[in-house]
Amino acid sequence: MPKHILVAYVEDKPGVLNRVASLFRRRAFNIESLTVGRTEQDGVSRMTIVVDADELMARRIEANLYKLVNVLRVDNVTDKPAVARDLALIKVSAANGKRAEILQLADVFRARVVDIEEKSLMLEVTGSEDKIEGILNVLRPFGIIEMVRTGLVAMARGSEAVSANPPQLPAEVTEAPLVDSGLALAHSV
Amino acid sequence: MKLTGAEIVWEVLQREGVKVVFGYPGGAILPTYDAMTKYPGIHHVLVRHEQGATHMADGFARASGQVGVAIATSGPGATNMVTGIATAMMDSSPMVCITGQVGSKAIGSDAFQETDVTGVTLPVTKHNYLVTKAQDVARTLREAFYIARSGRPGPVLVDITKDAQQLAAEFDWEAAAPRLPGYRPNLRALPSEYQTALDLINSAKRPLILAGQGVIKANATRQVLELAEKAQVPIALTLLGIGGIPAAHPLNLGMMGMHGEAWVNQAIQQADLLIACGMRFDDRVTGNLRTYAAQAKKIHIEVDPSEVNKNVRVDAALMGDLGEVLDEVLPSVRAADHSTWLDHITSLKGDAAVRDIQSLPDSGHLYAAHVINDIWRLTREGDPIVVTDVGQHQMWEAQYFRHEEPRSLITSGGLGTMGFALPAAVGAKFARPDKEVWVIAGDGGFQMTMAELATVAQEKVKVNIAIINNAYLGMVRQWQEFFYEKRYAATPLLGPDFVKLADAFGLRGLRVTQRSEVQAAVEAARHHDGSVVIDFQVEQEDAVFPMVPAGADLDAMIRRPKPQPQLDVLSETGGDDEWEMPR
Repeated sequence: MPKHILVAYVEDKPGVLNRVASLFRRRAFNIESLTVGRTEQDGVSRMTIVVDADELMARRIEANLYKLVNVLRVDNVTDKPAVARDLALIKVSAANGKRAEILQLADVFRARVVDIEEKSLMLEVTGSEDKIEGILNVLRPFGIIEMVRTGLVAMARGSEAVSANPPQLPAEVTEAPLVDSGLALAHSV
Repeated sequence: MKLTGAEIVWEVLQREGVKVVFGYPGGAILPTYDAMTKYPGIHHVLVRHEQGATHMADGFARASGQVGVAIATSGPGATNMVTGIATAMMDSSPMVCITGQVGSKAIGSDAFQETDVTGVTLPVTKHNYLVTKAQDVARTLREAFYIARSGRPGPVLVDITKDAQQLAAEFDWEAAAPRLPGYRPNLRALPSEYQTALDLINSAKRPLILAGQGVIKANATRQVLELAEKAQVPIALTLLGIGGIPAAHPLNLGMMGMHGEAWVNQAIQQADLLIACGMRFDDRVTGNLRTYAAQAKKIHIEVDPSEVNKNVRVDAALMGDLGEVLDEVLPSVRAADHSTWLDHITSLKGDAAVRDIQSLPDSGHLYAAHVINDIWRLTREGDPIVVTDVGQHQMWEAQYFRHEEPRSLITSGGLGTMGFALPAAVGAKFARPDKEVWVIAGDGGFQMTMAELATVAQEKVKVNIAIINNAYLGMVRQWQEFFYEKRYAATPLLGPDFVKLADAFGLRGLRVTQRSEVQAAVEAARHHDGSVVIDFQVEQEDAVFPMVPAGADLDAMIRRPKPQPQLDVLSETGGDDEWEMPR
């Protein structure tokens, strides 16, 4: 199934991550990765959610996310010009004089060495998921001792924000946002 | 004004217009109950089980259109509510549940009667809250009411720790206005969607309106009828849509789906345009999705965007309040003559009338469908509210009780909750004391919540209770008969003597075993001051026809056998040719 990258702005309140995770579980939507972090605005967190879903399913996920009261805004950045980055820490075996060879390979992938021990190296590499897969493939023959990835974070290119920060609407809203049959909220609000 | 959190609860309820709440006290909610004594304007109904409180609040909401309120304590009190909350969620019923929670410092310590109630109810509420500070009580409750009744309505649970109820905070109604930046219940469709929809409506040759509960929730009966009459479009109803369109209206075809009339389902399969109004293409309505209405374009008018394209791909989606959307559409709808299509639908009826159980001669047996039809004929002038349970009687009610008014049929459709009827009827009666209220329940479902007869007696509520007693879990037995070669596993059901049971609660009980006794019993119940329980001992192995087997094509129906003169078809259960399997 194709991949979709959704960026969700949520209120920074207890239990919100649980609500999002519960939604994916309940509706049997398949999460590949989910990252959460703070944003430039107080009280607003940003989630990057990568899902295995076709176009229609992605729109259903979007609509269901909007049903969560604490979700402020959802953007599908899959087909927008955007920067998507994954970060990996890789501890690789460097015994038997392989260190120089590994350092060369790390250089090709612009990975940084963050720790050196007698028999191992720890590399930090940032990039697209393909690039991370690439370095993992070349390092595997040396012996990967430990590896962790953060999951994707994404942001659209350009000086305009893909989505302005969510307007603080009063509860008794009068102006209703526009939607099309594909469920996506028009990004005019 | 400085008030305790508990007092703030009642202040908010009062300002939200709440007159009655349904609940059950306990340790963690005690401060709120204690404060209740200062607010005599709100009547508290003591239930016998918290599930009853939620169904009562739900019944109240469905009968009135207002938010129903249920209260319970922490732990078991709150978990007992879960079935009622899930019922309200599936049928979009506006409800606010208030539960006590252990003190905020004890949370997470497995304290006595502690349960993670917001965790437990998360998937079955529209939204829920845990309140740990007295100063948050007012805003949270205001938000709960606002969320419960706006957009697609639903249940909201507010879990309040004991210390938040006990401590004092400044109460300022205005300052506690909801702040919900991410909540957008009001959506509008793009103009292009309207154009697509109008083109489809104005060019359709065989259009059909599918009317769901949204017609009732949005008070859009007038607009739907206007569309139907202007463009000559027949209307089929979902179970929960019953009452939204008067049964007597010539364009109303009646119920569709698993137990809808065969010709209604055939009309759906042959239509070239479906205009879905406030319905969600539930599997009980569509049958096999791959073959569902294959020739039809589809327009979905819906308040909840996540319902669009969920089960059925649509060609145009008009988001928003049904009445407002139709008001926008109607001026551009062209008057049309669809008499050929309407005549064709009439011809689809075929021998349906002959097969109808109402055409069966009175053979001395008591059939549930006859009982329900008789209750309708005897009470129809007052358009009573009927609250049904779940099972065969529910389908017979939908088929043989004709509802002319919105909110006159209250039934658990989405979740199919047995035990719903009696408590929901109590709530409905509190909402509409001017209305005659009937419970129609099976002997199985009735036994699940019959403890609420004590609530009926204590509150002196007048409801008439018809138990359709076949000593079976009838709908399950029917499936066993049709699909499991009559292996009746765990469906024969021994009930109590319902007449004595009524007597034990100080209510009147009657028993009916012959059709000739139905009228007298119904009249006696209606003219009795208190609540009356009637035990209708009906044919044990009757089945609901027609029926679309689960997952089958919508028009592949099992039909009622043709009545044969001098032969009592239904009581002779030997042969395999009693009912016709679909082609």
